[in-house]
Amino acid sequence: MNTWIEVCDIDDLQADSGVCALLKGKQIAIFYLQRRQEVYAIGNFDPFSEANVLSRGMIGDIGGEPMVASPMYKQHFSLRTGVCFEDAGVSVPAYPVRLENGRVAVMLASPPVQQKSPSLAVCEME
Amino acid sequence: MNMKQTLVVIGNGMVGQNFLAGLVASNAKDRYRIVTFCEEPRAAYDRVHLSEYFSGKTAADLSLVEDGFFAEHGIEIYLGDKAASIDRERKQVTSAKGVIVDYDKLVLATGSYPFVPPVPGHERPQCLVYRTIEDLEAMKTAAAKSKVGVVIGGGLLGLEAAKALKDLGLETHVVEFAPRLMAVQLDDGGGAMLKRKIEALDVKVHLNKNTTLIDDGAECLHKMNFADGETLETDIVLFSAGIRPRDDIARGCGLEVGPRGGIVIDNQCRTSDADIYAIGECALWNGQIFGLVAPGYAMARTVVADLAGEAGSFTGADMSTKLKLMGVDVASIGDAHAKTQGAMVYTYQNGASEIYKRLVVSQDQKRLLGAVLVGEASAYSTLLQYCLNGIELPEHPDSLILPQLAGEPVGLGPDALPASAQICSCYDVSKGQICGAIEAGCTTLGGLKAETKAGTGCGGCSALLKSVLDCELTKLGVEVSTDICEHFPHTRQDLYNLVMVEEIKTFDELLDKHGKGLGCEVCKQAVGSILASHWNDYILKTEHIGLQDTNDIFLANMQKDGTYSVVPRVAGGEITPDMLIAIGQVGKKYQLYTKITGGQRVDLFGARVEQLPAIWQELIDAGFESGHAYGKSLRTVKSCVGSTWCRFGVDDSVGLAIELENRYKGLRAPHKIKFGVSGCTRECAEAQGKDIGVIATENGWNLYVCGNGGMKPRHADLFATNLDKETLIKYIDRVLIFYVRTANRMQRTSVWMENMEGGLDYLKSVVIEDRLGIGAQLEGQMQHVIDTYQCEWKTTLADEQRLKRFRHFVNSDQADDNVVFVEERGQVRPANAQERKHFKLIEEAA
Ligand SMILES: Cc1cc2nc3c(=O)[nH]c(=O)nc-3n(C[C@H](O)[C@H](O)[C@H](O)COP(=O)(O)OP(=O)(O)OC[C@H]3O[C@@H](n4cnc5c(N)ncnc54)[C@H](O)[C@@H]3O)c2cc1C
Ligand code: SF4
Ligand code: SF4
Ligand code: FES
Repeated sequence: MNTWIEVCDIDDLQADSGVCALLKGKQIAIFYLQRRQEVYAIGNFDPFSEANVLSRGMIGDIGGEPMVASPMYKQHFSLRTGVCFEDAGVSVPAYPVRLENGRVAVMLASPPVQQKSPSLAVCEME
Repeated sequence: MNMKQTLVVIGNGMVGQNFLAGLVASNAKDRYRIVTFCEEPRAAYDRVHLSEYFSGKTAADLSLVEDGFFAEHGIEIYLGDKAASIDRERKQVTSAKGVIVDYDKLVLATGSYPFVPPVPGHERPQCLVYRTIEDLEAMKTAAAKSKVGVVIGGGLLGLEAAKALKDLGLETHVVEFAPRLMAVQLDDGGGAMLKRKIEALDVKVHLNKNTTLIDDGAECLHKMNFADGETLETDIVLFSAGIRPRDDIARGCGLEVGPRGGIVIDNQCRTSDADIYAIGECALWNGQIFGLVAPGYAMARTVVADLAGEAGSFTGADMSTKLKLMGVDVASIGDAHAKTQGAMVYTYQNGASEIYKRLVVSQDQKRLLGAVLVGEASAYSTLLQYCLNGIELPEHPDSLILPQLAGEPVGLGPDALPASAQICSCYDVSKGQICGAIEAGCTTLGGLKAETKAGTGCGGCSALLKSVLDCELTKLGVEVSTDICEHFPHTRQDLYNLVMVEEIKTFDELLDKHGKGLGCEVCKQAVGSILASHWNDYILKTEHIGLQDTNDIFLANMQKDGTYSVVPRVAGGEITPDMLIAIGQVGKKYQLYTKITGGQRVDLFGARVEQLPAIWQELIDAGFESGHAYGKSLRTVKSCVGSTWCRFGVDDSVGLAIELENRYKGLRAPHKIKFGVSGCTRECAEAQGKDIGVIATENGWNLYVCGNGGMKPRHADLFATNLDKETLIKYIDRVLIFYVRTANRMQRTSVWMENMEGGLDYLKSVVIEDRLGIGAQLEGQMQHVIDTYQCEWKTTLADEQRLKRFRHFVNSDQADDNVVFVEERGQVRPANAQERKHFKLIEEAA
């Protein structure tokens, strides 16, 4: 199942902000850090408010780690691992994402290289 | 069964109440059934801040009694009932209404009354005093039909009363018998400087004046005749010629009183009858009456200790004072008149900036005996600590009062104080206790006040308290950081100045020049708001979009299920039937939940992102525009119906509200801003609970600022009275932009005001007197915001690129299936988790 799924054009992303994509019934929040030309993808479902809103949060970094702040109750999630900064026991799935030829692609199952990330257990369950 | 003794307290004033609060917190509380007589119609209130009654505080605000206090502690209180006599033989108190209570112990806390000199004519109408809330109400009533007011007595209270008369809009005079103002506290030089400053505020001061007769005036109600043959016409005479202890009830039962009044007490505050104590302003200790709260509280503590069988004694009190009289800082410490043998004096006088300072030191120049400060009193806490703790003076004592032109400030750091030093005299809190609380985790000023009570009485010790806190935190290694977040080593105010001075137009530019990392939601939102306040660009420009939170991005308010609510502007709350119908039709068509808001408009809930543009389009077509309910910006101007319809209205509050709302709509600020406009003083629009409040009077508009409902309500402060519309708008322009420039992130105007050094008077000096010389600049900035206003819905609808964002999925037109509504009371509402599961099952089955 480890295949890249094309989602949209890079122009469809919002600079320094997020959009939400629907991939195989899953809601994926995709963020574009224009400053660093980086793209991240995590689950769109906010476990605290139980609403599909993370793509509408503001992004930035905490101590260098890229993050999104939930627009609802402002918890922060790492864009790399999906782990919540305020409560390391809570996380959202994080997905590999790539930019190629102006297209954005996401891989739904995480590749094993990310094994050390604590959110992985949750990712596999998704 | 009943083993309890009865303790009766006569008088529920500041000291009586402080005594009760101390007693119920002590281990003596279970020993007594407590009864108290309170002559006034309400329980104890804060007389020290009485004048604030005129700037909008209510009797409830001034109350010193926590809700349910008497009931909780089983204290029987007789409100509006005066203790008339004491029978010491039978140990009985009889009240004016005929209540008889047997006592075992009795505490007299009857306070004092204003002395009215027996000048012929002193009983004429509108001859008033200044001590109770009722006195202030009488003043208000009299002022409404008067033009001129005279205060007899130029002491501390007299000057405070003069300020009240001035604020009530009267031509104000102060008549003083002595050759200088504040004769008790100040020397000639200090008194003269104070007179100059007060006259500059348009209050006329007449010294060396002995009033001999008050009779009919020609122009005004009264004519005052003085011993030197001169006269002065006035409508109100306010006596403030000193206080006299209320010792009549003590005299009546044969307790010892002083030759000039006052109930004689010993070091345990016992009167000549060992079962009767006297505390507060009615008590005479060592031939002295103490007309301040702090000594009264010290007496109250002494009696609590005595009743609890603990050691405690009252051995006099420091009478140093610091206050702000009509915006002028005045302080007097210890032996201000240099009466001590061999005392030496240093004086500093600056005619240009109207500052006068005087130090009184011991013969060997090692100890500070007293001081007088007029015009600038920042050295008060330091000097007081030198004086009270006998700390050795620096080699050149005058360095303490000379202006610091260069180099180090010479103030006494809190480090130099011994742990025993009393920081707060109102609540007798030592430096040691404060440090203890800090170590135990109290690291904010508010927390420290709540924990130790320090700073919650007269407030005079607040600055010192803050410096002790900062000093201790630094020692504990806690860095006192005011940085907005980890990405900028600056406060919001610094960032504002950088944007303004360097003409910075984007977040990236600011981050490159002054910050690090990527930013976060804290600094991005703050900078987004600063850029919007200052340049007023369209907030969804590509370079700004990452700075907006979801409400600003979707120009609507996110609700718990991720849908949004939409609020069109209804300026002043005035709406035609057709417009109402149009809102109704939109609500019906999109099946939105509708509710009337507190700001007199209609909120439409449950809109999905993809529906927003269509909803706006229909609202705009019907003549509406964005209500900015989503922004940290001007929200609403609430108004009452005003003189157009209301029987009592004196001006058109709706008309003004609409004009103000249209003027300031779209202004972005550190937090939301709400206005209110009432058509008369009945205040149906609750303008005094708003950031900006306007109330119509017969003579123009009264302006109130920095009020707030919400989590911590705050009454707005009266800022200026009887304004014409032009001046009103000028002041509002200036206040708002000054707020926008100087407030912290997410700081409402109320908190901004509470934290402003110099407070209301400072804000007035900036806005009304233009002390910083930036008045025109502030108005110019507001004009720019007004000129560049746009309806953000309209701008967004016209921009294809922006509209792309208004769908839930970037790659699909489906809606979010997690948004599910059920019906309740005839409208939709978000389904709860249980209901949602149920729907899922039905869907899957289908
Ligand atoms: C406008 C103003 C400003 C002031 N500013 C300051 C200041 O800045 N700093 C400062 O330290 N002090 C200030 N004071 C003084 C301060 O308010 C008093 O020192 C303090 O109120 C004294 O408290 P008390 O309880 O002794 O008297 P009060 O507060 O006067 O209380 C006595 C109460 O007893 C009642 N009473 C009297 N006789 C009887 C009876 N027989 N039966 C039942 N009840 C009775 C009275 O009606 C009254 O309510 C100010 C006072 C005023 C009026
Ligand atoms: S505030 Fe005055 S004018 Fe306005 S509705 Fe109330 S009574 Fe009428
Ligand atoms: S009071 Fe509380 S529940 Fe009500 S709208 Fe405000 S935040 Fe929501
Ligand atoms: S000295 Fe009055 S509050 Fe501290």
